[in-house]
Parts: sequence; C-alpha cells; structure tokens
Amino acid sequence: MSADSIRVRLNGEDREVPGGLSVRALLESLDLTPDLIVVERNRDILKRDDYADVTVVEGDVLELVHFVGGG
Amino acid sequence: MTDLATDPLTDTPFVVGGREFASRLVVGTGKYRSNQEMVDAIRASGTDCVTVAVRRVDLDRSKEEGILHHLDAAEFFLLANTAGCYTAEDAIRYARLARAAGFNEFLKLEVIGDQETLLPDVAATIEAAKVLSDEGFKVMAYTNDDLITALKLEDAGCVAVMPLASPIGSGLGVVNPYFIREIKRRLEVPVLVDAGVGTASDACVTMEQGVDGILINTAIAAADDAVRMATAMKLAVEAGRHAYLAGRMPSRELAVPSSPTTGMLD
Repeated sequence: MSADSIRVRLNGEDREVPGGLSVRALLESLDLTPDLIVVERNRDILKRDDYADVTVVEGDVLELVHFVGGG
Repeated sequence: MTDLATDPLTDTPFVVGGREFASRLVVGTGKYRSNQEMVDAIRASGTDCVTVAVRRVDLDRSKEEGILHHLDAAEFFLLANTAGCYTAEDAIRYARLARAAGFNEFLKLEVIGDQETLLPDVAATIEAAKVLSDEGFKVMAYTNDDLITALKLEDAGCVAVMPLASPIGSGLGVVNPYFIREIKRRLEVPVLVDAGVGTASDACVTMEQGVDGILINTAIAAADDAVRMATAMKLAVEAGRHAYLAGRMPSRELAVPSSPTTGMLD
C-alpha cells in the first residue's frame, strides 16, 4: 500500500484506499456505477451531483447501498 | 347507480398517493432463482409496480449485483421498502437512502417487531410513518390486520395502509377476512393486503374482501414455475376484483334449487 493511503470504514469493513480520491473516483475504483449507488458518509447522505466534489478523508465511515430484490 | 350498471367491466382507477397504477397487483422482486426468472415473472404478472430493498453493495463480489442491472426502471415503478428494519430510526434511515436513489418519494414502510413471526412493530411503524410523511414521503405502511393501528397510520399521513393477510412468507392466505374488510370499510386511503398470500385462490379471496390491491412476492418466487404462478396471480386478482364489484350472492346453509320446481312430470 502506498504511503499516502488512508483508512476508511467501508460498508462495515476497515479498508485502505488511496488518499485524495473523490467519492465518484472511489466508486469507479470499486467497479460500481455511481448513478446506481447511494452513498452515506458519516451518517449524511450525499447528493449524487456532489460525488465528484467530495473527497474521501481518513476516518470516513462510508456506506454504499443500492437496490436489491425484495418484497 | 354507477357506471357499473351500464358497463359491468368498468372499475374505478387504482390511485395511490396521487399516482394511478394500471394493475392492482404489486409484485416483490426477492427470492427468485434467477434474475431472468424474476423479470419474466414480473412481466407475466401484468404489474406496473415492483418492490425493491435497500442493501449494502457487496464489495467482495467481482460483479455489481444491483437489481437495476436487470430490471428496467422505466418499465416498472420502483417501490422501495424498509424490509429488515427493527426500529423506527433504522426504517427512517433506509427510507432516506431509498429516496436518494432518485426515483420517487413512495415508500413501503416496514418495521419488524419479532424475528420469528416477522410481525410488525406497529408502534414503531406509526412513529416512523409520522416522521417520513412530514418529510414528504408517500408512505405505504405494512401493518397488522388491526383496525386501530390502520386508522392511526392513516392519521399519520400514510397514502396507503397495507395489512397482512398472514405472516410474511407463510403462504397461509387471509387468516382474518373480517378484519381486512373492516379496515377497508373504515379507511379513506387505499388498502392493499401485503404478505401471506400462498396461491391464486388466496389472492382471489383477498381481492373479494374489497381491498384496493395486493402485494405478492414469495408466492410467485417460490412456486416451481414462477412465471406461470405470476400469470395465475394476475388472473386471480382480476377475478377477485370482478367478484367483489359484481356483489356475491348471500351464502346460506340451505340448498335452494336452481331449476324450476314446477313443471315436473307426474
């Protein structure tokens, strides 16, 4: 892992991710389609238009959710 | 008399929260054996509204498995649920996440009170319904077959109240048709029966109680042939609705001949 990686909590798991990534870049690095994902960051829901502008920082608690089958 | 007198097949539009739906059958998208089977069954059901759940993306999967990779959101109205939530706080959190997905403000509110029976926590459901209705959600609340709770949910601002026929996934059918009828009779908002239907006859009996609609998932998904069961449910919902509108004959525990009793040979 690179020296500038940061630690975040991602969907309940501690993960190292590169520092300086936007939320949008993080989603893309995980092969996720930003338009289909809702992101909750430290209990606040991000607007999708803000994904490119919000930078992931050390200690962020991120929840990435989407729709799945259900009744 | 209404138009029914002149055209026996007319029906009032099925409108929930200001939106008109073409089908009185809402179908869940859970538990199908494959995504293709799910899509085929939903199409066969004739529904234009499907429920979906909000869950974490599985980061360890090689491929994203969101349902919208398989289901066209332009073809079906997406009704997000709060399934799996056990507190009002959790349900509110899931509801907000669902709305942020950007499709609509409708929500199937569900707050479960017991893991074994999956019966609803009605106090928490009412509490969450108030908060979410105030936030502009169009709340369709899953609840018990209890009239007082149903009235409180209507007061809380719900656009529809959805009493269970019997426990979720049980397939027991309508265990208390009398209470379902009473809820329908007393509420002004639409009443949809949600949960417990096992097969087509259950769906038909449910609709015969006069409710506005019905939500079915497991009975379709768990049938050996989900597509055929979805077809059966479509017909059963239509049959039950027609039977209700037609007005059934009184039942009696005495035989009454249908053929003339006169004109018999000596």
